[in-house]
Amino acid sequence: MDLSPGSTISPLTLLAGRTFISDILALIPVACLDSNCSEPITYIQTIVPEEQKLTLPSQIESIEEAALKAEQFARGLGFGDEFISAIDLAVRESVTNAVKHGNKFDQEKPVEVSFAGSPDEFEITVRDFGTGFSVNDVPDPTDPENLLKVTGRGILFMRSFMDEVEWFNPEGGGMLVKMLKKQ
Amino acid sequence: MADITIAERQAGDVTILDLSGKVTIGEGSVALRNAIRRLLGEGKNKILMNLAGVGYIDSSGIGELVSSFTAVNKEGGTLKLLKLTQKIQDLLAITKLLTVFDVFDDEAEALASFE
Repeated sequence: MDLSPGSTISPLTLLAGRTFISDILALIPVACLDSNCSEPITYIQTIVPEEQKLTLPSQIESIEEAALKAEQFARGLGFGDEFISAIDLAVRESVTNAVKHGNKFDQEKPVEVSFAGSPDEFEITVRDFGTGFSVNDVPDPTDPENLLKVTGRGILFMRSFMDEVEWFNPEGGGMLVKMLKKQ
Repeated sequence: MADITIAERQAGDVTILDLSGKVTIGEGSVALRNAIRRLLGEGKNKILMNLAGVGYIDSSGIGELVSSFTAVNKEGGTLKLLKLTQKIQDLLAITKLLTVFDVFDDEAEALASFE
C-alpha cells in the first residue's frame, strides 16, 4: 500500500487487505495531506473492517458474554436480525464446545474469541486450550442411530448457519475454529 | 432472573408445560430436566410441551428435548410438542428430529391425539 504523502487509498484496497480500524485511523492524516479529508474520513470509517478480541474464563457464563458481544459488534456493522441470529447461534455453539469439550471447564484455560467484520461479512474465531479433536471423528447427529443422542449437534448448527467453518490445530495446543458468514 | 419459566396445566390426564424464555446450556436445560423428572415421579407421563414462548434454544436445549422424550418413553408415556417457533422448527428440521417428535400447532388437536 502506498502511504507516501499525497497518496490516496482505495476503499477496495483496504477491504482486500482486511486492514483494521486502528490501522486506518493512524493512516488517515498521511493519506489526506493533498486532498479534502472530510468525505474520505467519513467514508472510510463506515466501510473498514473491525475486530474485537475477548479472553474468557471456561465457564457457562462466558457463552452468554461472547454472544452478547457478538450481537453488539454485528449490530454496529449494520447487520439485521436474521444475520445476527445465525451469528449468535454459531458463537454460542462454538464457545460452548470450547468451554465444555475443549477446556472441560478448567478455569486455568481461557477461551479466546475474536470477531472481525465488514458490512459484507462477519468472521468469528474461537480457540480453546484442550487436547483437540478431529472433526471427522464427530458422529453425524442426523444418522438414524444417533438421532436420540442428547449431545453432538453443535457442529451441525455451526455448519448450517455459517457459510464457512474450518478447524485448525494452532501452535501451543488446543483447537481453533474459524467461521465466516457472508451477507 | 431465570433463563426459563415453566408453567404447568392439566387437561384431563395430559399435563401441559408452557415454557417461556431460553432453553440453553446451564439453567434452562436443567430446569426442564427437573420438571420432567418431577412429573414422571408423580406418575404424569402424558406430557404436551408448549414451546410458543421459547425465544431461544441451542443444541443443549435440543438435546434436553430429546432427553425428555426418551425419559418419558421409558416410563411408558408420551411427550409431544406444541406451537414451535419458526426457529425451533428450523433446528428440528436440520437435526431431522421432526421425524421423531409429534408436533402440533393447535392445542385441542394435540390433546385429542393423546386419546
